[in-house]
Amino acid sequence: MNAFVDFIMGPMVWISFLIFIGGLGFKAIYFIRELKHQESYIFSYVTLFHSLRSIGAWLLPFFPVSTRKHPFFYGVSYLFHLLLFAVPIFLSAHVVLVQEAFNISWPVFDDHTADALTVFVVAALVFFCCRRIMVPDVKFLTSSTDFLLIAVVLLPFLTGFLAYNQFFAYRWVMIVHILCGEFMLIMIPFSRFSHMMFAPFTRAYTGSEFGNVRHARDW
Amino acid sequence: MQEIAPIETEDQKKMDPAIEGGLERLTQEKIVRVINQVLHEETGARFQAYVQTCMRCGLCSDACAYFLSNDRDPRFSPAAKVKLTIWEMLKKKGHVSKNFLRRAVRIAHLECNVCRRCSMYCPFGIDIAYLMLLVRRICHKLEITPQYIQDTVNSHSATLNQMWVKEDEWIDTLQWQEEDARDEFENLRIPLDKKGADIMYSVIAPEPKFQAGLIYQAAVIMHAAGINWTMSSRPGWDNSNMAMFTGDNEISGRITKTFYEAAANLNVKRIVMGECGHAFRSIYDVGNRWLSWSMPPFEVVHAIEFYHELLTSGRIKIKKKIKEKVTLHDPCNVSRGRGLHDLARTVVDMTCADFVEMTPNREHNYCCGSGGGVINCGPPYKNERMVNNRVKAEQLKATGADILIAPCHNCHSGFEDIVHYYELGMDVKFLGDIIFETMDKKVYVPGK
Repeated sequence: MNAFVDFIMGPMVWISFLIFIGGLGFKAIYFIRELKHQESYIFSYVTLFHSLRSIGAWLLPFFPVSTRKHPFFYGVSYLFHLLLFAVPIFLSAHVVLVQEAFNISWPVFDDHTADALTVFVVAALVFFCCRRIMVPDVKFLTSSTDFLLIAVVLLPFLTGFLAYNQFFAYRWVMIVHILCGEFMLIMIPFSRFSHMMFAPFTRAYTGSEFGNVRHARDW
Repeated sequence: MQEIAPIETEDQKKMDPAIEGGLERLTQEKIVRVINQVLHEETGARFQAYVQTCMRCGLCSDACAYFLSNDRDPRFSPAAKVKLTIWEMLKKKGHVSKNFLRRAVRIAHLECNVCRRCSMYCPFGIDIAYLMLLVRRICHKLEITPQYIQDTVNSHSATLNQMWVKEDEWIDTLQWQEEDARDEFENLRIPLDKKGADIMYSVIAPEPKFQAGLIYQAAVIMHAAGINWTMSSRPGWDNSNMAMFTGDNEISGRITKTFYEAAANLNVKRIVMGECGHAFRSIYDVGNRWLSWSMPPFEVVHAIEFYHELLTSGRIKIKKKIKEKVTLHDPCNVSRGRGLHDLARTVVDMTCADFVEMTPNREHNYCCGSGGGVINCGPPYKNERMVNNRVKAEQLKATGADILIAPCHNCHSGFEDIVHYYELGMDVKFLGDIIFETMDKKVYVPGK
């Protein structure tokens, strides 16, 4: 049993991060290579200025008209995406592990804050789930994969919350937590989670077509 | 969990013999081959990125006039249109039924104006219009394009204009308009094939066919402004391009090539396009790409920009502004497609005393519901076109305007229908109509 825990807390972490970062990196390189090969015209329209203008406009909360049409969903979604990265990165328990391994560390959230933010992430995912069931146009677009994707993100946060608060079977919950976290990382390059890599590209291209060719705004 | 799109009724099946005839001729083997060929050989990483990036969030729904006009019916959400066509084709690897295709044709040709508003509402900027045009490309290759619009493409193919206008008819029409206009200006000419002119003016084929008065007006404006202009007597005079909207890229490319060649033969400095949105899109943004020009080989100026230039430079002076309340529609292809909305407002401000904005406006304006080839699918679909654009009628009604200015032919024709169907009591006009009515009809003399 200890050997298994050592494995999932050691090599498996490396493997997960390698697949996550390597997978996305590979996808990005392959994507650009394919574009150059088959659709090289795209590069004659993309400009750095218009790409950044569009990406920037869409990163400003509630700046694009679209986001103001659904302020609650957009607000929750915006915070959710921030916390999806911020909570695990600035969690003291995670930073301690990094410190033990590499002797580097960075500022962390206070444990109670991290706990509350985790609850927010879980609640946001439950909200997304409800939205998929209750909002007709979103429901129409939803397939079982979408619920699966929500579950894949939900589990590491939920089990992390349970483990931190030590409600029951701490050791087992922690093992499940680690496995779920690693599974989520591994899934990213192989699922629509890869929008984290594609979105800046698609935004940049649309921003450039609108800005550079059509002299119009795209937000 | 998912609703199934309704099966077409027998009546609907009879509406379009081209679709039904095409479907009858199709074999399953051809369906699979064509779909896979288009989706895998005519697309690339961009298409894959769009398909893999959509998170089904539904933010695009509110962009679509069809969705809003149909009481938020989920089937009209832009992403739903992709789901009901492209996703399904990919999932089934092209093994789709004829019923599926019958629905797909309608979605791509009649329930989407390829206006690109939804790419402004998608956080990732996914170009759903491009995906719908891919579906149209598939329909074209399967030979199930709706009859009326296919007929315009056939005309393009045979005559290089959209309306089966014969060469002598075209020249006769110009001479007839010239003759009439000489009542107002003694020396007015519509110069044909004048090499080295500053400007080649071009129109869409429906102008000589149905609206010759617009050529008269343009000639008067050109003459009064003292412009060194010409029109081409040869094929290439028509700047419209319906093939661009049916996915017949080969014909579309031929049309644009002939058009550029007409301008090149006349050795003009630039091209001024009449008030048509889709024609501008084809010459400025689409056809050039097919011909491997990243941007058009000529300076291409839409009428809005040209009128703006004439008015602000003082070449055309306004005698008396329009007094009635006017509103302005921003056509997709020149607003979202070229950012000309503010120039249009300057022209309206200079010619009209009482201007009221419609909301939303500029890039966010609702589509007229006719563009993207939808109105060109013809009378069989007129009633549903009216229902599908209720939100536009509501938007127009809220302005309380007497005159609706629509600087685009498609929008203009569509609005004639909308205004009549919803009893809005508005006069639909082109910017050219407004300028013609308000201008001082004196020939421009530099320095005076």
